[in-house]
Amino acid sequence: MIDIRNLNVVFGHGGNAHHAVRDFSMRIEAGQSYGLVGESGSGKTTVLRALAGILERVARVSGEMSVGQESLQGQQRSRDFRRRVQMVFQDPYGSLHPRHTVDTILGEPARVHRLDRIEQRVVQALEEVGLDASFRFRYPHQISGGQRQRVSVARALITEPEIVLLDEPTSALDVSVQAEVLNLLMRLKRDHGLTYVLVSHNLAVVAHVCEALSVMQNGSVVETLGVQQLRDHSPQMPYTRQLLTASFGYDRAAIDAFEEFA
Amino acid sequence: MAEGMTLRGWLLAEVPNSKWQARAQRFYIGWLEFRRNPVAMIGLLIVLGLIFVAALAPWITFSDGLEPELSNRLQAPSAAHWFGTDQLGRDIFDRIIWGSRITLYIVGLVTIIVVPIGLVIGIIAGYLGGLVDSVLMRVTDIFLAFPRLILAMAFVAVLGPGLENAVLAIALTTWSPFARIARAEALTIRNSEFILAAQVQGVGTVGILTRHVTPLCLSSVIVRLTLDMAGIILTAAGLGFLGLGAQPPTPEWGAMISLGRQYLIDQWWVPTVPGIAILVVSLGFNLLGDGLRDVFDPKSGG
Amino acid sequence: MTDSPLLRVEDLHVRYNTPTGIVNAVSGVSFELGREKLGIVGESGSGKSQTGRAILGLTATGGQVSARRLEFDGTDLLNADTRTMRRIRGGCISMIMQDPKYSLNPVMTIGAQIEEAFLVHRPSSKAEARQRTLDMLSAVKIRAPERVYRAYPHEVSGGMGQRVMIAMMMIPEPDIIIADEPTSALDVTVQLQVLAVLDDMLSDRGMGLIFISHDLNLVASFCDRILVMYGGKVVEECAATDLEQATHPYTRGLLNCLPSLDGKRDELPILRRDPSWLTDAGPVE
Repeated sequence: MIDIRNLNVVFGHGGNAHHAVRDFSMRIEAGQSYGLVGESGSGKTTVLRALAGILERVARVSGEMSVGQESLQGQQRSRDFRRRVQMVFQDPYGSLHPRHTVDTILGEPARVHRLDRIEQRVVQALEEVGLDASFRFRYPHQISGGQRQRVSVARALITEPEIVLLDEPTSALDVSVQAEVLNLLMRLKRDHGLTYVLVSHNLAVVAHVCEALSVMQNGSVVETLGVQQLRDHSPQMPYTRQLLTASFGYDRAAIDAFEEFA
Repeated sequence: MAEGMTLRGWLLAEVPNSKWQARAQRFYIGWLEFRRNPVAMIGLLIVLGLIFVAALAPWITFSDGLEPELSNRLQAPSAAHWFGTDQLGRDIFDRIIWGSRITLYIVGLVTIIVVPIGLVIGIIAGYLGGLVDSVLMRVTDIFLAFPRLILAMAFVAVLGPGLENAVLAIALTTWSPFARIARAEALTIRNSEFILAAQVQGVGTVGILTRHVTPLCLSSVIVRLTLDMAGIILTAAGLGFLGLGAQPPTPEWGAMISLGRQYLIDQWWVPTVPGIAILVVSLGFNLLGDGLRDVFDPKSGG
Repeated sequence: MTDSPLLRVEDLHVRYNTPTGIVNAVSGVSFELGREKLGIVGESGSGKSQTGRAILGLTATGGQVSARRLEFDGTDLLNADTRTMRRIRGGCISMIMQDPKYSLNPVMTIGAQIEEAFLVHRPSSKAEARQRTLDMLSAVKIRAPERVYRAYPHEVSGGMGQRVMIAMMMIPEPDIIIADEPTSALDVTVQLQVLAVLDDMLSDRGMGLIFISHDLNLVASFCDRILVMYGGKVVEECAATDLEQATHPYTRGLLNCLPSLDGKRDELPILRRDPSWLTDAGPVE
């Protein structure tokens, strides 16, 4: 379904050049949930944005990417791609336009893709994410962070996509709200047969949602593994093992053994 | 609206039922916020007063203020002539009222020219960046460098004196700061996640600029406009004073001061009253602008 | 604890008057702090940050703080005058905040800021201040203290910035540190390394720590005791090692709804909020 080969993304020129993604490759089958894990600066979000075609104009992108039968050129994307591939962002406070009502926010993709029965789709999408019709004409500042993130998810579903890219969708949410949103995402995946690419720094979230993952550091893939290996505590690479150990909390002996990975 | 619900109830309802209700509610809350600022309310009243007076001019004046009546020259303010008469015997009160229409005309025309041009150039430059940004900003810089009055004089020298030409000249020297403001806002917004989300949806550049970027730039531009309005009125008055704007017998306030200044010592009311009118209206716009800024962006204190 | 507690908080309330009524940010919080690591855990709106700020008298304008007792080492904090509070803040009780990008002055070098923190509470010569600063930077495991001394906050990484904050807050040798989400903006491995540095300094100096966070597991693994807050109240108080046996439904709910690496892949149990939690008196002592 998604095939990326030797993706490289560079920002800036000459001495200031920042090689954000180095020779990244990934294959995802339809219906799979795939995780991209890494710390800040690992390039995981850049990969997602390169796939979505929303990197800044100054980014230099090379490599081959294809989704389904469609091969992707640079950062331009066809209308059909934009219908089939959707994205949910990290910050519930920044991913909704502050001056648009929920109704406008949800209606926009439907209008852009000239779908029919827009009002019906909007109401249906709200129901699917567990929000009732009273939310339709509210502004983002009038609803909570968890509700905003549900609106983001609803927005991603309006065009009936096949693939949803998720950029740290629950990192900014309270733990109890995170559980609700994760459950929602799992249910939607089952109900609609979606393919997920989930970016997160939280190994527990990735283990809960995904079947396989790539661990990234400084733009490169350190290891690709199945979730079961995480659960068995048997990743191969020391960096992955260190991340896994760190996710269990404060353990002095383990911390003293942490390596500095250049 | 539901049976028996008042307007206020509709505006304060918990759950808005339509886009218009939601918008009206937002506007109403902004209005309540604005109302708490007494100084801003004074500004609003002055501006509304200006509009009111201009609209009702035919009914609140005794004459059209244009016909000379030389037997009545330079009368002091009295019951018959509230602000006295000028050097040609015309009632100053009437001329001030009719002049308010001209002031509004200037304000309106400048706004219609300046806001769209400034917004469009600013948001395109800010959002697209790169070469487009550089070129547009250099053009803006060129216009920014011109001293307003000098350019206006040059324009008028080429096109001939007249109110429209003066307004055009003022507009051309006023739009630059608005482009800069709009550009600054667009630069801030352009990397926001809601813009990225719109791109992911497939919204085109034009759609993003009109529906996403512009609404967020609008408030800064409007505030700046009201604050600049005082300067615009004064420039028009200045041009009128120099004889380059409105031509006699048009009762433009600046021209009234110019033609009346020789009477300042003995018949002070002739140039002073139009001067006070300009002062009050400029102040009104200024206070309104301050009030609007406090409502739109309470963080920019002071 | 063999000696008397450093900090005593009894029935702390923080109220705000808003156009829509009174908001009780903190409703009757009580606890004691000795030379130990106490974690205060809660979600957003639980009042945990407000509690920390109230102790230091840093509640925002408009907030009213009241308590039956708010005492540090015998000194009443509630009614203290400005002079006393200024001496206590930094000198006796210090605060580390979340993001060093926002809590360090961007136009002063790191060295200058740390020196200033030192000189305010322990007036001495510039040379001594400089030496102490460099010593402190080494103590927080910064490998090139001279370089960092001369650097500006934006020139160092997040983890280093937070260690700089720790150095700055430790240099006047306070007795208590209040850390409000000190590691939330950092990567997981860096978080733990920073906490290790903090841990060493606390035990070397015999200090007390109030660790405010939303991360229940982190707090449970790092601290000695835990307070769980909900709706401005403390709903659970226990030793960190006893967290798994917590009794209050909110705590249990929080524990259960976390996705875990070892757990099954089913639906996560949702936390059902019971309005009675907001009105109950709190845990029985």
